[in-house]
Amino acid sequence: MIDLEVPHRLAPLLEQARGMAEEVFRPISRKYDLAEHEYPRELDLLSAVIDGISRSGVGERAGAAASTRATPEDEPTGHKVQGVGSGRNERPGGATRNGANLSSALSILETCRGDVGLTLSIPRQGLGNAAIAAVANEEQKARYGNRWAAMAITEPDAGSDSGAIQTTATRDGDDYVLNGEKIYVTAGERAELVVVWATLDRSLGKQAIKPFVVERSNPGMKLVRLEHKLGIRSSDTAAFHLDNCRVPARDLLGDPEIRIEGGFGGAMQTFDNTRPLVAAMACGLARGCLDTATELLAAEGVVVHWDRPAQVHSAAAARLIQMEADYEAALLLTMRAAWMADNGRPNSMEASMAKAKAGRTCVQIALSCVELCGATGYGERELLEKWARDSKILDIFEGTQQIQLLIVARRLLGLSSSELK
Amino acid sequence: MASPSLAARGQRLGLRAIAKLGGLSAMADPRVRATVERLLAGAAHQGFRAQLVAGRAFAPKPGSGAAVRTEPVRPRGLFDLTPTEDQAMLQAAAKELADEVLRPAGAQADTGRAVPATVRAAAAEMGLHVLGVPVGLDGIAEEASAVASCLVVEELARGDLGLAVGLLAPAAVATVLAAYGSPGQQATYLPHFTGEAPVPVAALVLQEPQPLFDALAPRTTGRVTGDRIVLNGTKALVPGADSAELLVVSALVDGEPRLVIIEAGVDGLSHEDDPAMGIRAARTGRLILEDVTVARSALLGTTQDHADVVRRARLAWSAAAVGVAQAALDQLVPYTTTRKAFGEPIAHRQAVAFAVADIAIELEALRLVVWKAAARLDAGTDAADLVAKARALAATHGAMIGSQAVQLLGGHGFVKDWDNERWYRDLRGAGLLEGVLVV
Repeated sequence: MIDLEVPHRLAPLLEQARGMAEEVFRPISRKYDLAEHEYPRELDLLSAVIDGISRSGVGERAGAAASTRATPEDEPTGHKVQGVGSGRNERPGGATRNGANLSSALSILETCRGDVGLTLSIPRQGLGNAAIAAVANEEQKARYGNRWAAMAITEPDAGSDSGAIQTTATRDGDDYVLNGEKIYVTAGERAELVVVWATLDRSLGKQAIKPFVVERSNPGMKLVRLEHKLGIRSSDTAAFHLDNCRVPARDLLGDPEIRIEGGFGGAMQTFDNTRPLVAAMACGLARGCLDTATELLAAEGVVVHWDRPAQVHSAAAARLIQMEADYEAALLLTMRAAWMADNGRPNSMEASMAKAKAGRTCVQIALSCVELCGATGYGERELLEKWARDSKILDIFEGTQQIQLLIVARRLLGLSSSELK
Repeated sequence: MASPSLAARGQRLGLRAIAKLGGLSAMADPRVRATVERLLAGAAHQGFRAQLVAGRAFAPKPGSGAAVRTEPVRPRGLFDLTPTEDQAMLQAAAKELADEVLRPAGAQADTGRAVPATVRAAAAEMGLHVLGVPVGLDGIAEEASAVASCLVVEELARGDLGLAVGLLAPAAVATVLAAYGSPGQQATYLPHFTGEAPVPVAALVLQEPQPLFDALAPRTTGRVTGDRIVLNGTKALVPGADSAELLVVSALVDGEPRLVIIEAGVDGLSHEDDPAMGIRAARTGRLILEDVTVARSALLGTTQDHADVVRRARLAWSAAAVGVAQAALDQLVPYTTTRKAFGEPIAHRQAVAFAVADIAIELEALRLVVWKAAARLDAGTDAADLVAKARALAATHGAMIGSQAVQLLGGHGFVKDWDNERWYRDLRGAGLLEGVLVV
């Protein structure tokens, strides 16, 4: 039955996430925007609360770690978790399901309505956790437990082209030895683990690229610097130098063999589940901008009458209508992608559609809201200018706008990466 | 008009004048030519104005008991994009009609500005005209059916929007009679839609010609005098205005926007041709109401019901935009992957491929917003904001899609051998027209 409302049973979880955004994040947003690289201590208390939520009857998680994980407690029999990367529930037809992907997306939306940087800094909810949840075997999952894991893919010479990474992993007895540079590692300083992607053999291409779980304390992985950024300053962005970094072989995530099929591509499928989450972050930020701008504009007498056509409104109100429309478009693409993942449907194209639409929409909305609110929007008394700075990363990380369009276009047009470069 | 005498003698004289005057040497004088052109323009507008003749007789029936309505749908509280079995069935039937009947007839119907009788018969067989009429009134709706209607409108519009509008216009009248009619109004009119020879042409008329038209503030007025209402105004782009048998028209009655049932043949109701950029198969015309007098009992529903109709119409047009956009996308995928330039398919270039990707993204997003709004209408909850959002997306991204779909075909997109130029014209309309269709 076609229904695109937020599922009823998520109401308590989302209420908690919203409360967190309003009571914890918003009051400290500006503080940590100004104090870049300072650790937001408030979040330690918060992570205890999040753990409490996940242990409570709600049965859903509020962060990235839950995105690719099956939730056994409400899993009917006969559904098994698929292998590497997908983390989807295979469903032989039957009733629709609203699972962890949708609940994670919607709760992240709420926390990002408060603050994107702080959401990225919630302990133990990193993208590395998503990779572990997707790719790790049971023994590894148990061993890494609930530890905070960052993700290290990007290198100085390999951004969007993540198949071209140069960091090497060489087998040496019971260890792998990692060498290379990793940059733009979100929460790299604060996390306890870093999932480092390295190639076993550069000549074998993407299939030889594997993720390794590296302890932050590993002396072979040196923190080179923390970046100074346009936005999301409360989230630390680290650069690492891997200098003969020894990692036990058992910390290679998933399948150690180099296979022609499934290897790196399978790992990239992690993105099918994390992209809707980043799209949800973009929706959350856009929602925050719209709520604030709507309130500020209402005080100036600008109000939207939904039944009246845009062209009889003031220019400002007409723009609010269009922004709300594009927000809704981004939100529903995001919910669809998450819903598909929850129901075992391949969603690579839909995840990229969501990310592309939400990424560009949040930037447009954030910049427009600053414009509409003038000096109040541009000044630091309100958070609008900060959100406009924060927004840009959401159209870049986890696959840029252009990469999303490439993925969508290749799927849609049935073209390979060598045909549509 | 400078000289009503020429105009009054009608279009035929105008045509004769072109043939006669066009070759005269006096026409080389710009002043003479300007005068003649002005007179001819007047003739073109006024020449075809004609009384809307009475079709069938709608004998008033009192009706009994309470009006029959569809029941709202009870949501299950789950996010879900799966149509019900009934909806999927209707969708499949509409898809077949679109592919087998509408698409092949689209181009000719656009040029000829008419819905072919064969197309109308095929649609009637499907029960399209009673899509929104409850089973209790001999229709086919088991429950509130905005979602089902959106699915059907999308499919038919994918086939051809002009034909879809022509076919669905009487269905919209049946839907609003069922949704807001009194027992008497339902008993008087609905059998003419559900019976053996359904009303072929009828229209739900909201649109007016003025720029910045606001459906909630129509300039058409209804003055109440005793138990009569006297209506005056002009309605624009009315499908089948020249042959409609029954009209539901919006007017400001005692300062409130209301719907009024008007039967063809009533004094003071005339029509003139009003062709537009698109939806030409629907044969749009203007309706001119000059002291049209109806009984007060011709008021249909309340002011709130009028607002509800405005929303349901906008949503239907948005669903139509989804369908036309889908037609364009379905055509772009094979075209861009086979059309070669510089030695390879043009889809191998990001500039082309990304444009196609953007069409797919905006189109699918619009479809989801339409579905969400429709589901909310079926649940009986307020959908005003969602309808406005669907409308905004249809207006902006719909027009963008129409434009890009022509652009990507280049010259092929601009000529009539392909369908794109028609979709471009139709998509512009889908984001701005009021009334006519409802879900």
